[in-house]
This record gives sequence, C-alpha cells and structure tokens, in this order.
Amino acid sequence: MAVNPNDKSKMSVVEGSYASAHAAKVARPQVISAYPITPQTHIVEELSQFMADGDIPGCEYINVESEFSAISALIGASAAGARTYSATTSQGLFLMHEALFNASGMRLPIVMTVVNRAVGAPINIWNDQQDSIAQRDSGWIQIYAEDTQEAADMVLQAFKIAEDKSVLLPIMVCMDGFVLSHVYEPVVLMDQKEADEFLPPFKPDVYLDPKNPMSFGTLGDPSVYTEFRYSQEQAMKNALTVIEKAADDFKAVTGRYYGGLIEGYSLEDAEVVIVSFGSLLGTIKDVVDEYRANGEKIGVLKVRAFRPFPTEAIANALKNAKAVVVVEKDISIGRNEGALFTEIKAGLYNTPARTPIISYMVGHGGRDIRPSHIKEIIEATKKVAETGKIEVESQFNEVKEELL
Amino acid sequence: MKITPGAYCYPGTAMENKTGGWRTFMPVFDYNKCIRCAICEVACPDMCIHPDPATANDKGKCLYKADYDYCKGCGICANECPKDVITMTLEEK
Repeated sequence: MAVNPNDKSKMSVVEGSYASAHAAKVARPQVISAYPITPQTHIVEELSQFMADGDIPGCEYINVESEFSAISALIGASAAGARTYSATTSQGLFLMHEALFNASGMRLPIVMTVVNRAVGAPINIWNDQQDSIAQRDSGWIQIYAEDTQEAADMVLQAFKIAEDKSVLLPIMVCMDGFVLSHVYEPVVLMDQKEADEFLPPFKPDVYLDPKNPMSFGTLGDPSVYTEFRYSQEQAMKNALTVIEKAADDFKAVTGRYYGGLIEGYSLEDAEVVIVSFGSLLGTIKDVVDEYRANGEKIGVLKVRAFRPFPTEAIANALKNAKAVVVVEKDISIGRNEGALFTEIKAGLYNTPARTPIISYMVGHGGRDIRPSHIKEIIEATKKVAETGKIEVESQFNEVKEELL
Repeated sequence: MKITPGAYCYPGTAMENKTGGWRTFMPVFDYNKCIRCAICEVACPDMCIHPDPATANDKGKCLYKADYDYCKGCGICANECPKDVITMTLEEK
C-alpha cells in the first residue's frame, strides 16, 4: 500500500476487525444483519457496540438465528432500498450459498466482508481462502485485501462499486482470517466527512414499497432466463471499469490507493513474476525486496479482483515474464491446483503468450507461510525461467510425509 | 416485453405469461346442474374462473366460465363442485 505521508498523524492502532467495522459505520448502513462465527465475530461485535452507542443513526441492527437468515434479511432490506452490510466466514458463508445467487440475480448491492477461513472437515478455524473461492460462480464481485487498511477502505469502495447503476451486484470484501482480522496495526479510520464526500447515499431506481407493490426475482422461464444471465455477465464486465474508477475516486479523497483490478510491485522489468492475492502479498513483497537488493529481476502481481476476473489486465501484466508462479491458499480437489492458477492459465491460453506458469498451494488451514517458503518457490520458478521447462506444474509447497 | 434488472415486476404482469398451455385436462361445465354457488370461483388457485354477467338470473347470480388462457387444469374446481357440474376432460389438439 502506498501510505500517504499525511496519514501518519491520523493513524490509530486498532484491530483489523475494528477497522472494517468502523468503515462499515461511516458508510452509513441502514440495515446490518449479524451472526457470530470465528474469525469474523469481532466485526459484528464492534458494529453492535457502535449501535449501542448511537453512532450509526437510522440503522437497523438485526440479530439473526443463522447465516442463511443473515443474508436473507439483507436481501429483503436491500430490495426495500436500504444500504446493507454483514460479515461472515467459512461454514457461515457456505450456509448462505443458495441465497448468494438470489442476491446477485436480484441485482442487490449488498456488501459483505468475508473473513477468509478454512472449511471442514476436518474442523479448522484458521485462515485459508477456500470459503470465498468456493462461491466463485455465485455472481458476487470478489475483492481480496492485502492488509487491514485496504480491507477497511474496500468496504467504502465496495458500496460505491456495488451501487453503481451499471453494476448493481453484491460484493464480498475478502480479508484473511486472524492474519488481518485479529492483527493490531496502525490504520487511518476514515472520518465521516471524508466518507460522505466519497460515498453518496444509496438511491435505487426501484425498491419494495407497500404504496407501489412489486416483486423481485420473479419467474424467468426458458424464454428469458438466458438474458438474465447475460445481463449479469454484462454487469460484471462493467464492474471492471467501475472498480478501477472507485479506486481512483478513493485516492482523490483520501490519498490511499491499492491498485484497481491488479497492482504490480517491482513488476516493470521482472523476469520471474509471483502472482497472489490477500495477506500473503506482504510476505512475498518483503522477500522480493531482498531479491531486488541483490539485483535479481523478481516482481509481484497482486490480484485484487477475482470476480470480475481481470483476464486482459493480467495477460498484459505478465507479457514480459520468463516464468510465472501463482501462490494461493485454496485447492480444487481433483484438479490439484487452486482457482487463481486455473483461471490465469485459461485466460492466457488463446493468446500468443507461451510463458511457463507453475503453481504452489500453500497455507491450507492456516499453516504458516514463511519467507523461507517464498524463497524456495522463487528459486524453483527461476529454474523454470532458465530452462523453459516445467517439471511439476502444480503442487503443495509442504507435505509432511511423516504424517501420511 | 423487456427483462428488468433483478427480475422485478409490478402486479398483474404475470397476465402476459399465458400458462394455459401447461394443461392436460380441461374443466368442462354442465350448466344444467349448476346452482351458481361460486365455490369453483373461490377454489380456483389461479383466479381464472369468473362469473359471466350475461348469464345473471333475477337474483344477479351468474354461471361461471374458466379462462382457458390461464387454467392449468389442476381439477380443484371439479373436485370442489357440490353438484358435479365440472368434468375434467382430456384436451386433445
């Protein structure tokens, strides 16, 4: 993240969850639904405290009995024209699965922070990105934050993107569980004036109103269903530009910028590029700095938007690389690779690019990813760059043979 | 007709969607037995049985007709009719 030097005096040391809850607060939400689940709970707890203190005027805070209710309550509220927010993770997000498609199909600009956590079985409360990746096809925009400041600032940007008339799609702001949600670090908590300047009130063209009855998500038989899916796809396409514009607008107001769809780091002349998303990027950038200090041309490509998938931007960013490695915390079981890797390869297949690309699946269920792991991955990728040959296309970075 | 974002629509727009084509059996009325009680009108889940004003008697009670544009042939009217006025008949075209 590019820290605005003027921000230093405005920073306070808070937990990542508090920063996200605070961002949701200054977005002036009108309905918040809340159901606790580790490691997301702190966000809705902080919002509950804000409500109790009277800090979110005109907002309804609904304690629901499950995550299915949490998303369903927001679907109703959003259709009634309210700005809506919730947060969830892992099994909770999975319980929402059916209704996620409804939120998107009904074109409701709900914003939800997904605090990324592994999914059972085996039971595991630690961080990986399997939960949101598994919701890939639900028609939600997905943005992955690198640090707590970005996760918080993305909540504001998310409302602006989702509510854009050319988009009208729900958004998941994904932040890594514990690594970001429970870490205390200095962040700028946006003041209300700045938030209001960036984010205008939500004014939908159509909404549920007893005086003017209507329905959302009505029957679409085979003669019209295709056109609904087509228009969702068009909205996602529109979001590609709107996401970039929201990042630029945010920079104009706050001075803070994290990239639009993607962001390069030491990428310009890089021969070996390491692609990733989420909090892993912090460790990766530190390691790449060491390589750069030794004059080695290693670069980083941060993917912020996973849906809509920025195929062109990624292809363009990777065009000069000699070898690329994708590092991610998920797996499509039976494909032996993560979703980001699959999609980057797919996006390049029908282009002239023939850059060798390999992948490492790391950090499942919260296993630590240390700089030494990243170094091993970079060394392996350097070898691919030198020889142009791939020995293993995709693999786990660490499997403890003694446990098998 | 145009689709709307989020498939929203206003009341009555389902009129455009003529669902009578779903029908296999059609209700056929034998008005000689009809006592004009309106049970068929009340029982119809699709509100497609209506009184025919042209048939009003001196008390203003009418005979009933099914709107075959929307009748899906569920047979509830035939089942509920106390005088067996309605027979569900296989519709062949």
